[in-house]
Amino acid sequence: MTKKRIATVWLGGCSGCHMSLLDIDERILEVAKLADIVKCPIVDAKEFPEVDVALVEGSVTSDEHWRELEHIRKNSKVLVSLGDCALTTNITGMRNQLAKEDVLNCAYKDAISNDKEGKMPKHWVLLNLLDKVVPLHEVVSVDYVIPGCPPSADTIFYVLFELLNDRVPDLAAERKLKYG
Amino acid sequence: MAKIPVNIDGKSLEVESGKTILEVCKANDIEILTMCHLEGLGDIGACRLCLVEIEGINKLLPACTTKVAPNQVIKTKTEKLKKYQKITTELFFAERNHVCAVCVVNGNCELQDLGYKVGMTRVRFPYLFPKCEVDTSHPWYVMDHNRCILCTRCVRVCGEVEGSYNWGVMKRGVAARIISDFNTPWGESITCTSCSKCVNACPTGAIWPKAVVQGQFKKNPKMITELVEKRKMHL
Repeated sequence: MTKKRIATVWLGGCSGCHMSLLDIDERILEVAKLADIVKCPIVDAKEFPEVDVALVEGSVTSDEHWRELEHIRKNSKVLVSLGDCALTTNITGMRNQLAKEDVLNCAYKDAISNDKEGKMPKHWVLLNLLDKVVPLHEVVSVDYVIPGCPPSADTIFYVLFELLNDRVPDLAAERKLKYG
Repeated sequence: MAKIPVNIDGKSLEVESGKTILEVCKANDIEILTMCHLEGLGDIGACRLCLVEIEGINKLLPACTTKVAPNQVIKTKTEKLKKYQKITTELFFAERNHVCAVCVVNGNCELQDLGYKVGMTRVRFPYLFPKCEVDTSHPWYVMDHNRCILCTRCVRVCGEVEGSYNWGVMKRGVAARIISDFNTPWGESITCTSCSKCVNACPTGAIWPKAVVQGQFKKNPKMITELVEKRKMHL
């Protein structure tokens, strides 16, 4: 059997989902028997390659995330929303009640630590925040979801292991649903 | 009280007339999902989770406010009902800003439990992200409208059990809000007795005491039920 290819991606989130993924501990060896991790925040690959399973953490908060997610969708057979931010926007979406300008001013201009000398960063290489943060499934079609903030290591391993063995995981039936 | 025959989920039962379908189901261990219902408070059929199918009636009716009638054939677990229960649950989450990760009742929440029961993996409707107030004016408690599902359990417990009538509802639809007195800050209420019954009746993290942090608060809605039962006793 040829090995499958996995990628994990970190969009608008805190990387807590990746920490939880690392908490699968020695079971990573089970995963390694079935698949190669070809792209993740700690693998130094530049371009997102073609993969069988992509675990995407975080919400879509900027134009860069949007483009990246569309690219990931084109190159992934199965795209999994990993964690509450990817699914609900969670904490990152708490700014959706506010105007984008107010949020940026609060961070770059009006913060007390800026000593009234803050200015808005503006450079063509920097990403541009979207007016509203959106969950992944409002941008691309998503094949599977793992809710939780963060999802437990057991849940992540369960979904990954089922997908790598060409089975469809069922979190509701397995009583592994958890929000927050 | 007179007994009447009804059929629920294919089971023939002899039940007391004058009871609601929900009461009969509970007495016969037939599970019905509820959210706005709290034993001891008057039922209003607001959350629509307890909808049932009744043969011969072409619309779904709430079990909590519909009384049993002779020879009724009731179904509580059809695919159609399950579909609507899931939609209703998702709409609860989409309507306000339910950020479980920062909520005081994370892990002890009736809304979370409901999501698990109906198997909600994600919300298929766009989140509304409404701008909601957080009223911290009361010395001990907080009213966070971000987490309110408008079940009105607080409104009913305040009026029916405490007799204060501090809480009310203003506006309609997605604009509806729970209000203290005539939409004034909770801390300035002239009717609130600070009894905390609303805190315990609330199924989500919308009303909570200030002295707790994320995931640390467990509510006790059964206290309301027991209180109502105790008041019925005449020693």
